[in-house]
Amino acid sequence: MNKVFSNVKKYKKECFLAPLCKLAEALLELLVPLFVADIINRGVNGGDTGVIIKDAIIIVALAVVGFGFSIFGQYFSAKAATGFSSEVRAGLYKKLLSAPLSETDKMGVSSMLTRMTSDINQMQSGLNIALRLLLRSPFVVLGAFVCAFLIDAEVSLVFLATILVLSIAVVAIMKITMPKYVKAQKLLDDVALSARENLTGVRVIRAFGAENDEVKTYEAKNAKLERFQNAAGKISALLNPLTFTIVNFAIVALLWCGAIKVNDGVLSQGMTIALYDYMSQILIELVKFANLVVSISRALASARRVQSALDMPDETSGIENDDTSDAYIEFRNVGVTYADGSTGVKNIDFKANKGETIGIIGGTGSGKSTVVNLLPRLYDVSEGAVFLDGKDVRSYPLKELRKKIGSALQRPAIFKGTIRSNVLPLGEADEERLSSAVDTAQARDVVNAKENGYDSVLEQNGRNLSGGQKQRISVARAIAKRPEVLILDDSSSALDNITDLKLRRAIKSLDYPVTTFIVSQRASSVLGADKIIVMDEGGIVGIGTADELRKTCAVFREIEDSQSSSEVRK
Amino acid sequence: MSGKNNMSVKNADVKNKGVIKRLWKYASKFRAAFVVSLVASAIYVAFSLILPIIFGKATDLIVGEDNVSFSELIALLIYALCAAAGAGISQWITEILCNKISNGITAKIRDDAFAKLQKVPLKYLDGRSTGDVLSVEIGDADKLSDGLLLGFSRFFTGIITIIGTLAFMFAINPVIALVVAGLTPISLLTAKFITGRTYGLFKAQSKLTGEQTALVEETLSNLPTVKAYATEEVNGKKFDNLNEELKTTSFKALFFSSLTNPSTRLINAVVYAAVALTGALLAVNVPQGAFLAVTAGEILSLLSYANRYTKPFNEITSVMTELTGAKACAARLFEILDEAEEVHSPLEKPVSGLSGDVNIDDVCFSYVPDKKLIENFNLSVKSGTKVAIVGPTGCGKTTLINLLMRFYDVNSGEIRYDDIPITEIKRQSLRLNIGMVLQETWIRKASVYDNVRIGRKDATREEVIDACKLANAHGFITRLEGGYDAIIGEDGLSAGQKQLLCIARVMLCLPPMLILDEATSSIDTRTEMKIQRAFDTLTAGKTSFIVAHRLSTIKSADVILVMKDGNVIEQGTHAELLEKHGFYYDLYNSQYAAVSAKGA
Repeated sequence: MNKVFSNVKKYKKECFLAPLCKLAEALLELLVPLFVADIINRGVNGGDTGVIIKDAIIIVALAVVGFGFSIFGQYFSAKAATGFSSEVRAGLYKKLLSAPLSETDKMGVSSMLTRMTSDINQMQSGLNIALRLLLRSPFVVLGAFVCAFLIDAEVSLVFLATILVLSIAVVAIMKITMPKYVKAQKLLDDVALSARENLTGVRVIRAFGAENDEVKTYEAKNAKLERFQNAAGKISALLNPLTFTIVNFAIVALLWCGAIKVNDGVLSQGMTIALYDYMSQILIELVKFANLVVSISRALASARRVQSALDMPDETSGIENDDTSDAYIEFRNVGVTYADGSTGVKNIDFKANKGETIGIIGGTGSGKSTVVNLLPRLYDVSEGAVFLDGKDVRSYPLKELRKKIGSALQRPAIFKGTIRSNVLPLGEADEERLSSAVDTAQARDVVNAKENGYDSVLEQNGRNLSGGQKQRISVARAIAKRPEVLILDDSSSALDNITDLKLRRAIKSLDYPVTTFIVSQRASSVLGADKIIVMDEGGIVGIGTADELRKTCAVFREIEDSQSSSEVRK
Repeated sequence: MSGKNNMSVKNADVKNKGVIKRLWKYASKFRAAFVVSLVASAIYVAFSLILPIIFGKATDLIVGEDNVSFSELIALLIYALCAAAGAGISQWITEILCNKISNGITAKIRDDAFAKLQKVPLKYLDGRSTGDVLSVEIGDADKLSDGLLLGFSRFFTGIITIIGTLAFMFAINPVIALVVAGLTPISLLTAKFITGRTYGLFKAQSKLTGEQTALVEETLSNLPTVKAYATEEVNGKKFDNLNEELKTTSFKALFFSSLTNPSTRLINAVVYAAVALTGALLAVNVPQGAFLAVTAGEILSLLSYANRYTKPFNEITSVMTELTGAKACAARLFEILDEAEEVHSPLEKPVSGLSGDVNIDDVCFSYVPDKKLIENFNLSVKSGTKVAIVGPTGCGKTTLINLLMRFYDVNSGEIRYDDIPITEIKRQSLRLNIGMVLQETWIRKASVYDNVRIGRKDATREEVIDACKLANAHGFITRLEGGYDAIIGEDGLSAGQKQLLCIARVMLCLPPMLILDEATSSIDTRTEMKIQRAFDTLTAGKTSFIVAHRLSTIKSADVILVMKDGNVIEQGTHAELLEKHGFYYDLYNSQYAAVSAKGA
């Protein structure tokens, strides 16, 4: 778990000073009994009121200094813990954004979210408690043991045995509970998933009147989580009582050994009392330590989950590949196999020239989106290669590659913000580009319909936009990039035909040559393309112009027939 | 569901108290466990207080060489073993029960919050980001559980220990006991003072966490776009700003709240010194044998009791810190629980088998009060009509569906189904009469089978397969690894495949009415035609509303409503509207134009 813990480095100073301050506080506390003894010996027994008052003042003074140390200790540990968790959060967020989609898809949004929130919280409180107690407790335990050893080496074996038995108990409990906490966090993932799906699918759920079923499912998952937490709790709850019982048993053993030794004249009564006091001190510290162990084992379980997210690879880029292509864009014998082993697309082989419009048409689930997603490397090929401007797309630095390509994805993504921040997501101040992109995307009336023009507020997922408005904003975003390659992945499906037509015309008349991929269900959207690729069940079944395809491609004919028969023929 | 509209009571103090009271109410559901855990912790405290006495007596027996009374010692040590074992067991029981209670309370609040979210108006959910609601439902509830656990397990043991030790101290010396009892509340007051100040910080922390979660949820659910536009850095910066703010706030909350413990420890040390001082002065100045006289030995045991007595105060104050954090989280959960629910009219009745006479009279509606959207909308649809709604995007089609499904209520005017006002039909039964498929698909992470039968949990496998066949989804489902048992989710299926599954859901329910909002926009036309036929059979003689841009989909409609700016501007059959040479005519011809111009 190196990656997670390397984040502590920045707070080395705090992590060092916090336990040190707590230790100083503990030492000062240990001095108090000396002055109490002085009150009894010189004050009460000697009848000296002055000593009593002086010692009482010293006890208060020790407490005040200890308070000072303690405040610094709390300050440093709070600083380190919050700083650490903030670093981990930032690191994890960056990782989630830089990992390949194939990896993040596997983990799922909900699971990533609980790792970002709940898990990191556990780690924060774990570190905070550890810094405050980790040094203090073993120090006091060890100190008490050494003192006991100095009094009587043989009897101190009881101490040693106690510490050993306790260590074994603590380790065993940790070993048992740790996987349980990992499992509990996983179940929490599950609950979070249900909660999230319920929010995103609220319309569908209500439309089907499935609210009660939803509540039942959620309650079942929640109950399972609760059961598991209770089961894990049962074992970790054993820690405190076990410590208490073992130490008291040890005191019994101690008194028994002490009694024999005193009877033999080896030990005095006072020494036995002192040994008893040390054992009591150990008890108090060990109880604290046991709680610390519970916190730490929960934090470690969470750290493991965060680590597994951090272990995701980054998207690779700039890989050397000597293969070149003489075409502007070439898909050379491309195949994509999904993680579950099923085939996405296979034998995709075509070329496109600069400035051409390529239409991709085909049935539902035929692999159209999979093909266009390969260009900006949202996903990578499993075999073959994709070339842009003569070079393998994998040999470009990712940023450079994606800068060249503007894509409006099938599901239009609208972010919380304004129209401006959605069209120009990098925050560029370029009124000219904003305005022309909005015009080209036929989104002018979206802007006009809103009160504050470009600065009108858009809600998360564009909830205050209609489907078609979302699509046009998302197309405007692609165009505003002024990309070399423009990908419109079924992004006019919610547009009426006039708007769709205007959109295609506007793109054609941009003031620079843009290579356009139009993925569509509508034959009319791709008919004007320089090249139409017809797809069926993951493979290409025809490439050519509409006229050529009408002669050679049965699938294309079927598609066109099915549409023109109902749409064009009067 | 208590408190319908006490959101207006914003007074922080009142709300503060309300939170504790309501948490207490939740706790009362575990009354039996509570009582048992109290008894168990009382037993634990009794044993743990007796142990030092036994050990004290035992040490008294160990006097010196050849002066140890082994027979008595053995008896005492056996008592000690029993007491230690008894204390251990009773403490274990206490902790298990505390676990159970705090997990139970959290689960119950979580369940209630979830159930509440099923009942709030869509307006509430539409206005909040998913991540923010999630951070309350999941994150805050989680923190609440941690806080409660510590609270319960330490609070009661602490209080019982205090009572027990106080009794012992009074037995030894009432003056000193009074000094202690009089001084320790100061530590509680200090703790209260500090936690009172930090409550605001904890709430701010929860709020920031909510904002951050919202941002994270948004970027994570739109990762492809984030990558395609290289907005990682821009988002990273936004995240970093929030993160920095969160760091500062949580540091403040953590640090200031962690001052409680040292502060009370300081006060306890003063109490300790006071006991030593009074005890010693009494010992020196009050002659032995007089009332209130103390011996040196008694001072020692008083001091050890003073120590024992102040410890639980320490615990209680540190628990107060935890509880303050937990309280802030609980407050956010209660905010959800206090949301107003959808209004129910007492006249509401369930309906079934609506035939589909729909009348819309003079309806006005807007999402925001000052921005009019639909005004004086009138429509009358006879049962068995296939109504197509066309119009430019943003003309109010989706809003009309929101009203027809009663996701939103009209501002004025009335919608009637079969002459029953919509407000007199139970929402759920109304919606069960209408099959709705939206353009935006929603697939949950579950098997295909479970995804399809969302509207009819009792459907058999055969029925599900039949519905999928009707929806033309059977083919691709069988190609999935695992077929109907394949676990699917938002990713992995194409948009069209997801739409087919959404359609299959409706096919399974066989509702008497249909609302299709661009339901087939991502489906290829060949498949679409087949589905259309299935829909036609389904809705024969019933009313259906279809929003579509593909004229092929709507041409066969009985009535076409052409909408613009929240109003119906043309109405009629395909042929009638073409003759009108109006808006619809232009719309229709654009399709023709598109083809003849070879797609531009």
